[in-house]
Amino acid sequence: MAGYSYLRPRKSVTLTVLLGFLIVYSLLPLVWMFFSITKTQGELLSSFGLWFSGPFALFDNIQQVLTHDDGIFVRWFANTLLYVVVGAGGATILATAAGYGLAKYRFRGRNAVFATILGAIAVPGTALAVPTFLLFSQVGLTNTVWAIILPSLVSPFGLYLMWVFSAEAVPTEILEAARVDGSGEWRTFFTISLRLLAPGIVTVALFAIVATWNNYFLPLIMLNDPDLYPLTLGLYQWLADASGIGAQPVFNLVITGSFLTIVPIVIAFLLLQRYWQSGLSAGGVKA
Amino acid sequence: MTPFLVVFALMIVTPLVYSMYLSLFRNQLMGGTTFAGFANYVTALTDPKLWDGAGRVGLFLLVQVPIMLALALVAALAIDSGRLHGRSFFRVGLFLPYAVPGVVAVLMWGYMYDDRLGLTASVNDLVGFALLDPYTKRWILTAIGNIVTWEFVGYNMLILYSALKTVPTEIYEAAAIDGAGQFRIVRSIKLPAVRGALVIATIFSILGSFQLFNEPNILKEIQPALISSYYTPNIYAYNLTFVGNQVSYAATVAIVMGLVTAVIAYIVQLRGTRREA
Repeated sequence: MAGYSYLRPRKSVTLTVLLGFLIVYSLLPLVWMFFSITKTQGELLSSFGLWFSGPFALFDNIQQVLTHDDGIFVRWFANTLLYVVVGAGGATILATAAGYGLAKYRFRGRNAVFATILGAIAVPGTALAVPTFLLFSQVGLTNTVWAIILPSLVSPFGLYLMWVFSAEAVPTEILEAARVDGSGEWRTFFTISLRLLAPGIVTVALFAIVATWNNYFLPLIMLNDPDLYPLTLGLYQWLADASGIGAQPVFNLVITGSFLTIVPIVIAFLLLQRYWQSGLSAGGVKA
Repeated sequence: MTPFLVVFALMIVTPLVYSMYLSLFRNQLMGGTTFAGFANYVTALTDPKLWDGAGRVGLFLLVQVPIMLALALVAALAIDSGRLHGRSFFRVGLFLPYAVPGVVAVLMWGYMYDDRLGLTASVNDLVGFALLDPYTKRWILTAIGNIVTWEFVGYNMLILYSALKTVPTEIYEAAAIDGAGQFRIVRSIKLPAVRGALVIATIFSILGSFQLFNEPNILKEIQPALISSYYTPNIYAYNLTFVGNQVSYAATVAIVMGLVTAVIAYIVQLRGTRREA
C-alpha cells in the first residue's frame, strides 16, 4: 500500500496542485449537478451553474421525480435493481466458476476455450446487439426482462479477471493437500477457495454491476415498453421529452433523476473500494 | 465451467454467426429477402456514409485516446510517487466518473455545454468573447471527446496504477542507493513496468472509439442538427436496422467495422509486445 514510503518522499505541493486541476475537472460536473438539484426549473435556466440560487427546491424536485407520470421513476429503479441482481449476479457466478475451472483444472480443449474467450473480449458489444435483437425477436424475447438479463450474463472480461486471480490467489498445493485429506472438489471450493477468491469476486461483481446499472444500448434496442425500462433509458426518455419541439420541459426532473441514479452506485463503489482495489492489483500482475 | 460456455455460445457465438449469415442477403422493399453473396460487402466498402463515420471515429481515436491515456499515466505516476497530499482522495475522486452512467455523463456535460442551463455562457461572459462554443459543427466532436475523456481517465489511471503497484519495493530501494533520481526511476523502472497495462488500456480504448455510440446518440437529443444518422459507424448500423429496415446491410457494416477494429487492436498488441521482448 505504502509504495516505497521508507524513502519518505517529500510531499510535493506543486504536484498536488497540478493533479488538483485534474480532480477539479473530474468533479466539476458532479458539483454542477449538486447545485442544480436544489434549483427550480426557472432558476436552472437563469442562474449561475456553480452556486445556489432561488428557493431550496431539492425536496420538491425529488418528490416530483418520484411522482411524475404515476411514479414511473420508482418502477425504473426497481427494474434496474432486478437487472443488476439477476444479470450482474449471474454474470459474477458464471465468471467465477468458469475462471476458477480454467485456472485450476486441466482438460481437453482448455487452450481453445481460453483463446476463444479472449477473442470475445475484443468483439464490440454493439456489433452483437443487432443480431442478438433479431434472434430474440424471432423467439419472442424482445420487450421482456430476459432480453436484458440474458446478454448481461456473459462477461468475458470478468472471466479473464477471475482466471488471472484464481491462478494467483489459490495455490495449487492447497488444493492438492485438500484432495489428499479426502475433501471433495465442491467442499474444497466452498471452504477454501471461495474465501481466497473473495477480493476477485467483489471486483468482478462490481464491474458487472456498473456495466448493468449503466447499460444503455441494450435496453435501447430491446425494449419499447416504458414499464420495463431501466433508469438509464428512462432518463434518456425524459431528456428527449425535455428537448423535443413543443415538449414540456422537465430539466429539473432529468437532473434530479440523474442524481438519484448515480447515488446508489457511487455509494457501492466507496463502500467496496478496499476490495476492488486489491482485486484489481492482482489482475494487474498478469496484465 | 459448462454453464458459462453454454451462455457464452448462446449470447456471443450465435449472434456472431447469425450476423455473418445475414450479411449475405439483401432486404428489399419489394421482393423480400434474397441471397446476395458478397454484394453487401462491396456496397459497404464504397459507401461514403460509412467512410464518413469511420473517418470520424478514426480521427477521434488518434486525438482523444492519446490525450486520455497520457492524463491517466501522469495521474497514476503522481499517485504512485507518494508525493501527493491526500492521495487516496485523488485516487477515488478521479475514478468516480467511471461509476457514473454514460447517459448521466452526457446529460450533465450536455447541459453544461448549453448556454442557458450550463456554464459556457458564464465562461464566455467572463472572458468577454465566445471562447467556448461546443454546439457547432466544428467543436461538437471535441465536445464528445471531452465527455469520453472525463468518463474514462480514472478507469485507465487505475489499470496503470495497479500495474505500478506490482513493482517490488526493493527495486526502488536499489535504484535509490545507486543514486537514481525521481525522473530516472520513472523512465527506467516505472514506464517499462506499465507497458503491458498500457497496451491493454490502449486496446480497450481502441475498441471503445470504434464503438462510439452512446455519447453522440444521447447528445443528439439535445442538439439534433449537429449529429447525423451516420455520425459513427455504430449509429449508422443502428439507424439502418431500426429506421431503415436494412438489417442485412447493418450486419455487414457491423462486421466490416468489427474486422477493422480487430486488425488495429492486433497490430497494437503485436507492437506492444514486441518492444517488450
